[in-house]
Amino acid sequence: MVDVIIIGAGVSGSACARELSRYNVNVCVLEKGEDVCYATSKANSGIAHAGYDAKVGSLMAKLNVEGNKMMPELSKELDIPFIQNGSFVVCNNQEDLDTLKTLYDKGVANGVDVEIITDRNRIVEMEPNIADNVVAVLYAPATGVVCPFTLNIAMAENAAMNGVDFKFNTEVVGFEKTDNGWKVLTNNGEFETKYIVNAAGVYADVLHNMVSENKIHITARRGDYCLLDKGTGKHVNRTIFALPSKFGKGILVTPTAHGNLLLGPTAVDIEDKEATATTSEGLNELIAKAGLNVKDIPLRKVITSFAGLRAHEDNHEFIIKEVEDAKGFIDCAGIESPGLTSSPAIGKMVAGILKEKLGLEPNPNFNGKREGIIASNELDFNSRQELIKNKPAYGNIVCRCEMISEGEILDAIHRPLGAKSLDGVKRRTRAGMGRCQSGFCSPRTIDLINKECKIAMDEITKSGGKSQIIVGTNKDSL
Amino acid sequence: MKYDVVIIGGGPAGLAAAVSARDNGVESILILERDKELGGILNQCIHNGFGLHTFKEELTGPEYAARYITEVQNRNIEYKLHTMVIEINKDKVITAMNQEEGLFQIEAKAIILAMGCRERSRGALNIPGYRPAGIFSAGTAQRLVNMEGYLPGREVVILGSGDIGLIMARRMTFEGAKVKVVAELMPYSGGLKRNIVQCLDDFGIPLKLSHTVVNIKGKERLESITLAQVDENLKPIPGTEEEYTCDTLLLSVGLIPENELSENMGIEISRVTSGPIVNESLETNIEGVFACGNVLHVHDLVDFVSGEAATAGKNAAMYVQGKHIDKSENTISLQGENGVRYTVPVNIDPKRMEDSQIIRFRVGQVYTDSFLSVYFDDERISNKKKRVMAPGEMEEVVITKAQLMDRPNLKRITIKIEEA
Repeated sequence: MVDVIIIGAGVSGSACARELSRYNVNVCVLEKGEDVCYATSKANSGIAHAGYDAKVGSLMAKLNVEGNKMMPELSKELDIPFIQNGSFVVCNNQEDLDTLKTLYDKGVANGVDVEIITDRNRIVEMEPNIADNVVAVLYAPATGVVCPFTLNIAMAENAAMNGVDFKFNTEVVGFEKTDNGWKVLTNNGEFETKYIVNAAGVYADVLHNMVSENKIHITARRGDYCLLDKGTGKHVNRTIFALPSKFGKGILVTPTAHGNLLLGPTAVDIEDKEATATTSEGLNELIAKAGLNVKDIPLRKVITSFAGLRAHEDNHEFIIKEVEDAKGFIDCAGIESPGLTSSPAIGKMVAGILKEKLGLEPNPNFNGKREGIIASNELDFNSRQELIKNKPAYGNIVCRCEMISEGEILDAIHRPLGAKSLDGVKRRTRAGMGRCQSGFCSPRTIDLINKECKIAMDEITKSGGKSQIIVGTNKDSL
Repeated sequence: MKYDVVIIGGGPAGLAAAVSARDNGVESILILERDKELGGILNQCIHNGFGLHTFKEELTGPEYAARYITEVQNRNIEYKLHTMVIEINKDKVITAMNQEEGLFQIEAKAIILAMGCRERSRGALNIPGYRPAGIFSAGTAQRLVNMEGYLPGREVVILGSGDIGLIMARRMTFEGAKVKVVAELMPYSGGLKRNIVQCLDDFGIPLKLSHTVVNIKGKERLESITLAQVDENLKPIPGTEEEYTCDTLLLSVGLIPENELSENMGIEISRVTSGPIVNESLETNIEGVFACGNVLHVHDLVDFVSGEAATAGKNAAMYVQGKHIDKSENTISLQGENGVRYTVPVNIDPKRMEDSQIIRFRVGQVYTDSFLSVYFDDERISNKKKRVMAPGEMEEVVITKAQLMDRPNLKRITIKIEEA
């Protein structure tokens, strides 16, 4: 019997776990994937939105602004890449100026620092590659770019360091109400708990609807992205948004926290909650639309494309509260953009609800500081030399595109909630994320996983489940 | 650390450059190799067909490499393995690292770039669909199979008919996998004719020209891919889709010279070859920095890599010994036209050039019964009938010093394809 079960180790669930670990409370996180940051949280724009876009007075607006304000400090505490680069929402013709003004008003009402710039010279000075027909922009200096993987991973790691238990490959299939809480049924046994936090992303409606008569509905809204090689991030200084439409914030062009250029996302509502396949229509659309706001995008430097799913709730609002007809079941549902930005605030809010209900006392041993994996390529000469002297594994480069050493990969494997798969290593270290897309390093990385995790070569996966990389040995079928 | 000539990369280009630099009188030479052994990608090319030009016999990749490794060792040329170069600056200071020595710097009088190339990935093609396990570049699969003994899959589709893809079609068949089809976007193969015959035809593997992958299915491991025919603009034709169940997709869709180090040190890169722009000495825009092999432009045959690298090695030797003749006032620029996509080199100094100069290039499409012409300014000086020219086979013409000495005012040499 634990106090709280959190369903989902995405960015919301992990934030809840970390915030709860500030208290003396037994928390267990159930994740159906083989790792944290496994679904929606792994494929998004990686933007810390300023908060001018969310509906005035909504919970979404409140948590967005709060989350954005927490990000600079949090990124230091968790040792993750975050750059407050600011953003433009661009207006390509005079008729749309009213829409831009509406956005400005929303920003002011939400308490966000915003400014409309109509001086074309100033716009071009700030963004030399802005499209020629841009007549005005909404400038929000508080927007930032964060590494979405390490934000999620770091919060989970830090929660684990502070005593939260994580169970992977554990998919929730049902619930039973008990006298003092809930029994959670999974493919991996039953778990008893006093409280449940439903942070199941695109499946949060399915879980909610198992326990409540007041149904909610979440649509998986697919977004295709293109990622360009490192270095192309310099093409723009800020995150460049199109004017928002009913389908969300539109196609953006942004540098990432690691200096890549990211284009996307499209917005297509789909039935299948696992359908993360990109389409040629989607990729063509986003390339065309990205070019409307930023010129001369170096498309020959595209290194990969991918699709993510946003958990779009019908009312486009975060649902974070105890379910009225299911006491002890707390929803954390409808967490779509600006979900990543809001996640630290979501965690705080959920922990606040549970603190009240469980009468929680602070955990005196809580340590909110998490040390990241050393990015050895970013160290100065002497520090790097010293590091290799002490730990020679840092002198052996495994991923030549991103210059990731064996030392970093070993750290990713052996730290709390360590990587067990190729993608697990990739999201923690960036090995395989570069221009050759793991062609060079994947055989070397699986070799390290084999040795360090004692997983047989033909059982090592790309990302859990049946995603084995090697199927056998030469001539084994002959 | 100080060396006269430092060679970045211990593959076939680096090895031949080192041997040549030594034979041309340089004592102080260092090869930096990032892998655990010399020989580069040849070590995973266990098929034969190497060395026909250089040694007049058919060798496997490792055997060909071994010949040059022996030459390097016989000359006691220094090399460091497991050593990654992280940066080269324009003053030819190299920053490198390995486990034993940590991070260190080397001052070089001359540098020979011989880093080779990498494979184009799925991402660069924007192939839509899922991103399951089971999609490999042909070279990655080749390493797994040939060097580590692991089978990456049992039912295979190959996209791209580059040489590595063709070779891997045969190899996967030998190892017990079923290769269902090789699809090629272009209306012609990007590989050598001999490889199509020996690796596909001999095993009954179909080659579908003007076809590409338009969908990838499988959320965890690859389950199927869909091929479609493409039109003359290389756009998929609706209604031509055909689904192939498979657990593996190998990509052999092009090689890209790996010039991140070169670009960061300020070397000018050709947008066509993605390799450095070089002169007759294979010297880049930075004096004393030379390039050869697949980092300069992607070759079909290692024999030509070795030859080119020997030239780079010799010129680096001349440079450090101060034997390089002063540059002429006027250099002659070279250009390709009408289907000749590029030339290596891009300019020639007639005073510095050897008695004859090989100019290598590739054509942009398949040409049959066409004429390959060389123009000195506007004057056509040769017009040679070629039965077939294809993008998959590198072409060359030879210019002699005598020809250029006769024309002191020559500004431009143009190589083009003509109907007659």
